[in-house]
Amino acid sequence: MSSAIAVQASEPDNYYGYRSFKKGKFEFSRDEYFVRVKWPKGSHLMAADVFLRALQRDVAWNFFYGTVNFDHVFGTLNHYGTVDMFAGRYNDAYRNAGLDYVETYDSDELMATFKAILEDWTNKGYDPFAAPEETANPYGRKDGSNVAAITRQRVTAQRMVGCAGDTPIRTDQNGYPVNRHFADVPQDQPQIHAEPGFEDEVRAFNLFGYLSRSDVTWNPSVCSVVRESLYCPTSEEFILPVEHGNDRVEWFLQMSDEITWVVKDKETGAPRCNVTMRAGDIAAMPADIRHQGYSAKRSMLLVWENNSGKIPALIAEGKAPVTPVKF
Amino acid sequence: MTDVKTVFGSLNSYQKGGIQIIRDDPKNYVFSNVFEVASKAGPYERVAVGKNFEYVIECVRAEGTSPWFTCDHDEFALVMDGSVEVRLQKLGAAQAAPSGGDGAIVVKGEPGGPKMGRIVCGRGHMALLPKGAAYQFHADKPSVVTIQTVHGPLTIERWAEICETKST
Repeated sequence: MSSAIAVQASEPDNYYGYRSFKKGKFEFSRDEYFVRVKWPKGSHLMAADVFLRALQRDVAWNFFYGTVNFDHVFGTLNHYGTVDMFAGRYNDAYRNAGLDYVETYDSDELMATFKAILEDWTNKGYDPFAAPEETANPYGRKDGSNVAAITRQRVTAQRMVGCAGDTPIRTDQNGYPVNRHFADVPQDQPQIHAEPGFEDEVRAFNLFGYLSRSDVTWNPSVCSVVRESLYCPTSEEFILPVEHGNDRVEWFLQMSDEITWVVKDKETGAPRCNVTMRAGDIAAMPADIRHQGYSAKRSMLLVWENNSGKIPALIAEGKAPVTPVKF
Repeated sequence: MTDVKTVFGSLNSYQKGGIQIIRDDPKNYVFSNVFEVASKAGPYERVAVGKNFEYVIECVRAEGTSPWFTCDHDEFALVMDGSVEVRLQKLGAAQAAPSGGDGAIVVKGEPGGPKMGRIVCGRGHMALLPKGAAYQFHADKPSVVTIQTVHGPLTIERWAEICETKST
């Protein structure tokens, strides 16, 4: 349980063993298969794996950029210091029926509740960061925990992975074996020939090899930085656990294999298109959509973000376009 | 899994995806393919394939030896196909890019400072192009590099030529 900020949690259920949680007027409970979210105007069921995979991302990404939809009903919207938790806000049917509901919290306070839920509801052997074939299922009554899996530190390079004093490259020795789906990815490092005194500036690393050793899925992590331009490559397998409604344009460069993106309207959830990307394809995700990716084989994706704090307001006020280029 | 096959593209072999429209415009997705762009580009043209305000991803067909470039901020080169040597050298007086400027420029003449070193990068390798240094690419065979940088004097925009405009 989070100690710094008070979390409203019940005693463990006599039968299922899980605690229930409250935050504002939201209530969270789970049984062997499902999570139930309740709010003053309604309630909603999600499969436990769907909820936990999404929750893991929202926690690891500190509520990320924009809207993190756990599914078509429930999610969060980041205001960077405060955060909305909503039900039905970005669902046309709920909105039209007046059944949507939003509460706003201090980010740290909601994070404390989310971390407590994630810790209590993740059983031993289940890793919400893993692809389904790589982990046990999350179902059943409470059975132990997996704190190590849910508290991984997100990689955030300051300049570039492998630079002096920066995030190190991944090796067998430091606990990052090659993933089974990337067994054929070459592991050779660049040949670096630095003149004496210039070792800190003559730097390179095998990014594809680095990604082949990622032990998580759908977890963009900063590998190189140009001012506010962040390269956040990630390895992807199965389904992105959230429908991401970014508050800015983001870009994808597919570096290996294939992902299909199901794209819907950010506000209403109405389908807009399906974007299939194969190795070498690069595409923008506009700021007025939400996207969810499907990757049958573990693939390498470069997620490119502009980290400027000014963008959400510019887009929300109509002062910046929702698409990056007009032609 | 000994029979796994990870698919990377190349100049000689790539398979583009596409956009299946339901209610949208393909142009909104600014969809292109770096191997296709490089196959149609001249050596060392820096063609924007991604843009987010002032930031760009440039796609470069690396073939032969490039000019010497320099930049007042870091850049990062990722080899997507082939083998590329990155040569780094310090600049001489009056060769630096404008302080606070955006993007790379071509160095006037040969770099006047000491050699820093060189890196030989294969597919999937990312190299730092450090702020204030001169860098030059060399590729014996046509290769493809993407560069994380800021829009500058050398950035070429040809979106209508490179992007998908039709639904698949």
